[in-house]
Amino acid sequence: MTHMIPTPKFEIENVSRRRFIQGLTATGGLVLAVRYLPHSAFAYETGAGAMPHGAVSDPHVFISIAPDGIVTIVGHRSEMGTGSRTTLPFVVADELEADWARVRVVQAPGDEVKYGNQDTDGSRSTRHFIQPMRQCGAACRAMLAAAAAKRWGVPISEVEAVNHEVVHKASGKKLGYGELAADAAAMPTPAAGSIKLKTEAEFRYIGKGTIPTVDLFNITVGKARYGQDVILPGMKFAVIDRSPVYGGKAVSYNETAAMKVPGVEKVIKIDGTPAPAKFAPQEGVAVVAKNTWAAMQGRLALKTVWDDGPHKSYDSQAFHKEMSEAAAKPGQPVRARGDADKALGSAAKVVTAEYYAPHLAHAPMEPPAATANYANGKLEVWAPVQSPGGTRDDLAGKMKMKVEDVTVNVTLLGGGFGRKSKCDFAQEAAILSKAVGAPVKVVWTREDDIQHSFYHTVSVERIEAGLDGNKKVTAWRHRSVAPTILSTFAPNQMHEFPVELGMGLVDNPFDIANMRMENPAAESHTRIGWFRSVSNIPHAFAIQSFVAELAHETGRDHKEVLLELIGPDRVVDPRKEQFVQGYWNYGDPWETYPIQTARLRRVVELATEKAGWGKKMDPGHGLGLAVHRSFLSYIATVVEVAVDKKGNLTVPRVDTAIDAGFIANPDRVRSQMEGAAVFGLSLAKYGEITFKEGRAQQSNFHDYRMVRINEAPAVTHVHIVPATLDVPSSGVGEPAVPPFAPALCNAIFAATGKRIRNLPIGDQLSA
Amino acid sequence: MISLQVNGQERSYDGDPSMPLLWYLRDELAMPGTKFGCGVGLCGACTVHVNGEALRSCQVQMSEVQGHKITTIEGLDAEGNHPVQKAWRQVGVPQCGYCQAGQIMQAAALLDKNKNPSEAQINEAMAGNICRCGCYQRITAAVKAAATGA
Repeated sequence: MTHMIPTPKFEIENVSRRRFIQGLTATGGLVLAVRYLPHSAFAYETGAGAMPHGAVSDPHVFISIAPDGIVTIVGHRSEMGTGSRTTLPFVVADELEADWARVRVVQAPGDEVKYGNQDTDGSRSTRHFIQPMRQCGAACRAMLAAAAAKRWGVPISEVEAVNHEVVHKASGKKLGYGELAADAAAMPTPAAGSIKLKTEAEFRYIGKGTIPTVDLFNITVGKARYGQDVILPGMKFAVIDRSPVYGGKAVSYNETAAMKVPGVEKVIKIDGTPAPAKFAPQEGVAVVAKNTWAAMQGRLALKTVWDDGPHKSYDSQAFHKEMSEAAAKPGQPVRARGDADKALGSAAKVVTAEYYAPHLAHAPMEPPAATANYANGKLEVWAPVQSPGGTRDDLAGKMKMKVEDVTVNVTLLGGGFGRKSKCDFAQEAAILSKAVGAPVKVVWTREDDIQHSFYHTVSVERIEAGLDGNKKVTAWRHRSVAPTILSTFAPNQMHEFPVELGMGLVDNPFDIANMRMENPAAESHTRIGWFRSVSNIPHAFAIQSFVAELAHETGRDHKEVLLELIGPDRVVDPRKEQFVQGYWNYGDPWETYPIQTARLRRVVELATEKAGWGKKMDPGHGLGLAVHRSFLSYIATVVEVAVDKKGNLTVPRVDTAIDAGFIANPDRVRSQMEGAAVFGLSLAKYGEITFKEGRAQQSNFHDYRMVRINEAPAVTHVHIVPATLDVPSSGVGEPAVPPFAPALCNAIFAATGKRIRNLPIGDQLSA
Repeated sequence: MISLQVNGQERSYDGDPSMPLLWYLRDELAMPGTKFGCGVGLCGACTVHVNGEALRSCQVQMSEVQGHKITTIEGLDAEGNHPVQKAWRQVGVPQCGYCQAGQIMQAAALLDKNKNPSEAQINEAMAGNICRCGCYQRITAAVKAAATGA
């Protein structure tokens, strides 16, 4: 009773853990030529090949066909709600000419040598795998056709694979996929260059948005299985009392009292790893019991005494002040065009604003959980991880085992948002299973989740703009201060690295003669990690709020000023400017995904047109606008707010325009846009984790609030910019979040004249 | 010994009477369709019907369910074809899906009492159920579809 799914068993021989896979041997002794298709096989290059273990597209790896014709397709990305477990398999099925009703999807375990990169983050699943998965399906279709032609003794040019069967038109002969499966499986994979892909007009599933998600039925009847739901025979349940301060140590705990709680079977200390600890578990005391409730009661009895360690004085209020002071002084330059300092000095007017975006916790509806069974020198884990391959490697490292002896089964994820890219919870389960000699499920409570996160960073963004006598912006200086994610991985990291800088700071597309971006130093005092949309959240909040402030200062229309700053249609290449080192571009080739201002302009025009920008609003109502390129997609959002006399905020309508290149699954793009509006509203209205004496002060949904249905946007209209197949697909899961908060706050200003510079909004409107 | 009925089946329990029904269902009966989200009655992921009323199973102790009839998502309809379940699929409500068992149980209880709720009544009834993915717009649409049979 788990989510463990049988997949075809392959033994790997002579395979180095590299991008290029040399060969696999099936248990039947059949030698399969498994190759990574070279980039030249694809219409355009992506960053897929540069990810650990790259992309694999061989149908022998992803497709199996049973004699009864049932086609089984492997989903190798983790499903956390974006629909990739449905979309990528139907991409395969479409090119395969398979009938979706006769397709089953199974989840790959963590095995990147076999499946290619499985890191489900960075809004990469469709972007990196639509092409390999098309190749995969098309190659299999060619193999089935070749098998039929061979059996009939006719030229391959005379046969065609259509809707789950191969037909020979001249004779009217037909063979179903099931009848051809064994012969086709013995075929070598066709050379990449010889594979004929469908044209867009021939697609039956891709781009249609008509396929329900594969788990839909099970979700509605309670049969979908998440990490929290894993049950193994003889399994024990554990909860862990973790150090409330990052890097703290357990001094003492009352094991005797915990053991007295009925159902508690064992108390086990988990040693913390000194920071930077990557994803290693924090110091903790685990209570193992016969059910979750007993383990929770046992934990209450521990009364652990902690040595809080070096971060015990972390205080969010004091740190905000510290960051503001850093932002007021020059910092490490990260991009320069012209001479912004000089231009600011000679400007007719200088406008300055400082913005604050606090720490956030991901709070997926499913708190982290993992089940492990360590037996006979082998480890098997079931967990809702976004990083199946990385989790396997980390487990092997932590448990000092060979990677081959570790199996990671990927359950459904009850939300991820970046939290479940970090496998500390899976490592805890492995440690405990080995210690008790039985399968153990580690359950994180909501309090554990909120107080032991890998937090979204906290930041101060200070922007100064110089205006000339004609109110034209001639200078722009943006200082971004934020503890870096790198601090979780390496010591003494005080600056944002290219991945963070490249999320809206150094890739600012504005057409301003003098620009300077700086990154003053900031120390980290907690575990910093990536959170849906990452540094785009503070960067876009500051930049897109500031443009509206400039419009107000100069008495002009916000949209007009925004379009003027975006400037004429062109490609903006920050790599050509001073101090920009290693411009990241979301890990994808610049040539495929340049920064195109025409696409920014188009989504601004689309969203504003649909929202009725410029229309007369009722008293207390306002429209706000923001646009942002992130994860290689272009998204503009117009938010309508209504604020009553008491400061109560409602959102009657949202219009979001998205240009994400070719769209494989329009329905799931719409659901991501709708969801991002709610997610964005939650973080803008309530989202804040504060620290005092090193401890996260929030603990559950009463003090770390989420937007509920009665305060959610009444309707989010999604406007997709149409794009043909030759426009490279770009990210969808994250890029709609960053523009939401600034669009909302700009709308609040339009409605009330109150400018929100510090997130969250909290009670600022009623004050 | 506590006797109760779960999805029509007689059950008895003699463990810790303070254990929430949620953990009895998930850990003792191995029925994980009812989800754990917050443990304090704030998110609604664990919603079940107790004698037809939607309650947070994390807030109901085993000592309180003697003789009661519990319905979980697994027992809402034998074929999974309760109008709310059908509407959820028709509208394509779920993203990650984790909160949806609770949402569906809450919506089913609402429609049991109010055959044709207004949008305000839907908002009021569903406000205890958090969806972090943000499926609310489709939840509203699905509740309306279930109500009208559309």
